[in-house]
Amino acid sequence: MTHSIPDAAETTPPDSATERPPDATTVVHHQNRPVLAARSLVFSYGNTAALRGVSMHLTRGEILAVTGPSGSGKSTLMLCLAGLVTPDAGEVRFGDQVISAEKEAFRSKLRRTDFGVLFQFGQLVPELTAVENVALPLLLAGVKRSSAITAATTWLDRFGVAEVAGSRPPEMSGGQGQRVAVARAMVTEPSVLFADEPTGALDALSGEQVLTQMVRVVREAGTSVVLITHDATVAAYGDREIVVRDGMIDGADHG
Amino acid sequence: MSTGHVLMGLLSTRERHGYDLKKDHDERFPAARPLAFGQVYATLERLRKKGHVEAVEIERVEGPDRTVYRLTGDGRAALAEWLSEVEKPSPFVSNPLATKATIALLVADEATAADYLRRQRDAHLARMREYTRLKTDPQASIAEVLGADYAIAHLDADLRWLDTALDRIAALDRSLASSPPPTPDDKPLKDFS
Ligand SMILES: Nc1ncnc2c1ncn2[C@@H]1O[C@H](COP(=O)(O)OP(=O)(O)O)[C@@H](O)[C@H]1O
Ligand SMILES: [Mg+2]
Repeated sequence: MTHSIPDAAETTPPDSATERPPDATTVVHHQNRPVLAARSLVFSYGNTAALRGVSMHLTRGEILAVTGPSGSGKSTLMLCLAGLVTPDAGEVRFGDQVISAEKEAFRSKLRRTDFGVLFQFGQLVPELTAVENVALPLLLAGVKRSSAITAATTWLDRFGVAEVAGSRPPEMSGGQGQRVAVARAMVTEPSVLFADEPTGALDALSGEQVLTQMVRVVREAGTSVVLITHDATVAAYGDREIVVRDGMIDGADHG
Repeated sequence: MSTGHVLMGLLSTRERHGYDLKKDHDERFPAARPLAFGQVYATLERLRKKGHVEAVEIERVEGPDRTVYRLTGDGRAALAEWLSEVEKPSPFVSNPLATKATIALLVADEATAADYLRRQRDAHLARMREYTRLKTDPQASIAEVLGADYAIAHLDADLRWLDTALDRIAALDRSLASSPPPTPDDKPLKDFS
């Protein structure tokens, strides 16, 4: 079978036990305009050209795997998409807004409300407990402490790590820490989740647990995901894949 | 790896007839080709002659008679020996992917070969998605998960090879592009940048 997910969803008989049922979300979302789109992005670190004209889009509700060899520009693409750096040329659109043209204050508010970001190492605050770490984005957004803690507890539960709520990061396993980090990235209920090698530091089984849980939760929440990975077994959790090679989308001019 | 050992493994849990064995096999090993009844009966007969299984009774219900088989002590020993042996790693002598890419380079050009490899990569990843969905389904059985893990690992190996092959062909393309200008009978290189 060489079908992409939406095709598979449309042609799969409903009684097939192994396939995801042909859910309305997949079909409907693919008719929508992209939630995020980049056009001709160029970015250099001094003399190093990291992006050399990247165009791509993220469809609402989809999990897009961004793969490619190390140093190909995946992380830089994510930094541009999430508004963490300003591209030298080209534009990033979030819905109708050209966010690459906006001031940093605007983009940082966007990151607090609409974007969730997750890195290889969860970047949890080691002095805070799991529940405090997850509550942090809400507290920064001005949510009352008691409500923030309640919401954080719910999210920990959703990721199956309620039992470490009172633990600090150094006391958790890698997999637990990373699930807490995903919960923190999701607590503001962003419309886009950016995950840069989210399981890169985990063994295969812990990575699988983190990804399985993450996919289940984002599907329920309808979150669109940019999943960056150099690992095909991780990319297989996505609905679609784009490959970055030498700062360009591979095969973009080959249909 | 033989059907005989697999059937003996299934018989080790309880005695039963060929029809049950076939059903159990197909359910436990969904990634394997379903067993043909003829193959099951022929294998059981062979195992019986070797003394690895024995016929314990003939069930007479409606329809044809069914012989119920049981694993013998010799069969159990043969099974234990088989389990203690390491499987020979496949020699990977015949690789249709590499063959096709090589032929593409021969009859066409780098762009054609790269295009084939990219489409092959998409097909492999699509298959890997199916196995990933299968094994992360909360309802999946351990047999399904183990089978999917195995398939995924093999697809992953192919995908790594595909990536290296794409890099190699891109490098080939670059080195040809930077070599002296082509002589008149060389075909023009496709612009790859
Ligand atoms: N902070 C930085 N300073 C200078 N060069 C960088 C920096 N970050 C990345 N690069 C370079 O930019 C290119 C793309 O890097 P990156 O986006 O991190 O790729 P990937 O995530 O695919 O490994 C590489 O050549 C890398 O060395
Ligand atoms: Mg990176």
